[in-house]
Amino acid sequence: MAKRPAFSNLCKAIESGKFVITGELEPKKILDLSEILHGAEEMKKTGKIVAANVTDGPQGDAYMSSLVPSYMVQEKVGLEAVWQVTVRDRNRVALFGDVIAGAVLGLKNILVLTGDHTALGDHKRGRPVYDIDSTQFCEMLSIMIDKGTDYEGNEIVGGKIEMNFGCVANPNSNPREPEILKVGRKVEQGIDFIQTQTAFDIDEAKDFLKDLEQFNVPVLLGIFPLKSYGIAWYFDNYIPGVSVPKDLLKALKKAEKDNKGDKKGKYAALDKINIEFFEPFIKEIKKSTKAAGIHCMAVEYERLFGPLLKDY
Amino acid sequence: MIITEQKDINEIYELIKPYNKILIAGCDGCCQPPRSLNEAKVLGQLLELKARTEGKKLQWKAITVLRQCDDRIAATTCRPYVEDYEAILTLACGLGVVMMNKVLDNIMTFPAQNSQFGGVQNSGENFYIEYCEACGDCIIGETGGICPRAGCAKHLSNGPCGGMVDGMCEVGGYTIPCAWVEIWKRLKKFNRLDLFKKYRGPRDFRGSTSPGYKPIYKEYTNEEEKKEEEKE
Repeated sequence: MAKRPAFSNLCKAIESGKFVITGELEPKKILDLSEILHGAEEMKKTGKIVAANVTDGPQGDAYMSSLVPSYMVQEKVGLEAVWQVTVRDRNRVALFGDVIAGAVLGLKNILVLTGDHTALGDHKRGRPVYDIDSTQFCEMLSIMIDKGTDYEGNEIVGGKIEMNFGCVANPNSNPREPEILKVGRKVEQGIDFIQTQTAFDIDEAKDFLKDLEQFNVPVLLGIFPLKSYGIAWYFDNYIPGVSVPKDLLKALKKAEKDNKGDKKGKYAALDKINIEFFEPFIKEIKKSTKAAGIHCMAVEYERLFGPLLKDY
Repeated sequence: MIITEQKDINEIYELIKPYNKILIAGCDGCCQPPRSLNEAKVLGQLLELKARTEGKKLQWKAITVLRQCDDRIAATTCRPYVEDYEAILTLACGLGVVMMNKVLDNIMTFPAQNSQFGGVQNSGENFYIEYCEACGDCIIGETGGICPRAGCAKHLSNGPCGGMVDGMCEVGGYTIPCAWVEIWKRLKKFNRLDLFKKYRGPRDFRGSTSPGYKPIYKEYTNEEEKKEEEKE
């Protein structure tokens, strides 16, 4: 299959050989997008972030659909969105409908995800959909973009879909071989990039990136700066397959304890811990792996981007 | 076998509340855990106690049926009692409840169970497990005899997903093995990872559209043969 052109700024930046940074925004149970847009503005101000992911009901929770916030971030802030779409809540008919709607709204990137099961979310009694799985959704997107038809071959009229799409991979996966083989299936279905789940262990991350090299697809390694001890603890305990290093947890707890009542001091201490951990981490990834960049999931923690990314 | 779970006693009582004389029918078929005469008796005693707390006298009789999903067996076993009772409460799976309502159409039959899935019990294990969901489009020839549709919480055709941790599934608190890791292990053992790597396209759901319907006998007519003869 001929390589798909880079339609999005994200893919263009990757093609240019630049070390790319993407951010993440999480619309929750909200009617007011000002916080999301503020976050996007903060990211844009740094001048280092090419695009921001907009999540689609993470952890199976019922949040605002990612389509509209993705559009608003592009329209109001001028920062490109990576529109996350899970196959958990929509069947192939609804996915098709959403994708062409997104194309009309000018969205350029889709990140395909299976989506955390509803059993993990806040509507546990709900029925998850999973009509097609994420690999099949990749095939569907390839057909829509490259052939200009729906999944069954019916023509889409009025223009071409100019989008790039990627999938996720999990560096914490154990056993790893089935995970790598699964990514291979998605590569066959024409993905343009990979963004990974968060990594904390540098050696494991390097090893994982090495395993992905065979596919010759740009990989953005996921990192998750820890805004507070509470979030770190939650992440450690509740996010599948992710464990936060014990030292980091301890340091965050201590920083919060030492600066009780002093908000500024606490923020400074937490930022310092994160920068001390992630700055050398990113440097090492850039220096010694073929990763195309970093996907920095600093949700509601945009203030870290400036100091963390000053060298990029 | 059909794996069932008894409904909450209050829910069952609400169903039979309008009646004073009920027949409680166990099923000796494939319903698991066993829902036979003894279980029917225990349920009758519980309901009688419950009725007594509300100042009502409930009359009941417990029987058992060889297989409630078989119309002839269900009819011949239950018909002698039907006239003496106002309603039937059955311990069979959903198939039994529907069949009893169909063949005994002068009396209403109510379920005491929630049917859960078609499953098996491996000897020595204290749980039932769903191995097949009768999807109408079998792919286990490609997945080492392990079904990812029945075995995977997300019914993935191309797994595993990101919810797998140390070979276990995020659904159920990491107590159930990830079907896709089990498939990978099995295919690796037989040096058939080519099957694991294979991409499987979107599933055709026409085979499993409800209600399921399948003629058992194909009627033979010689009309087509006649037509062909006429042509010649």
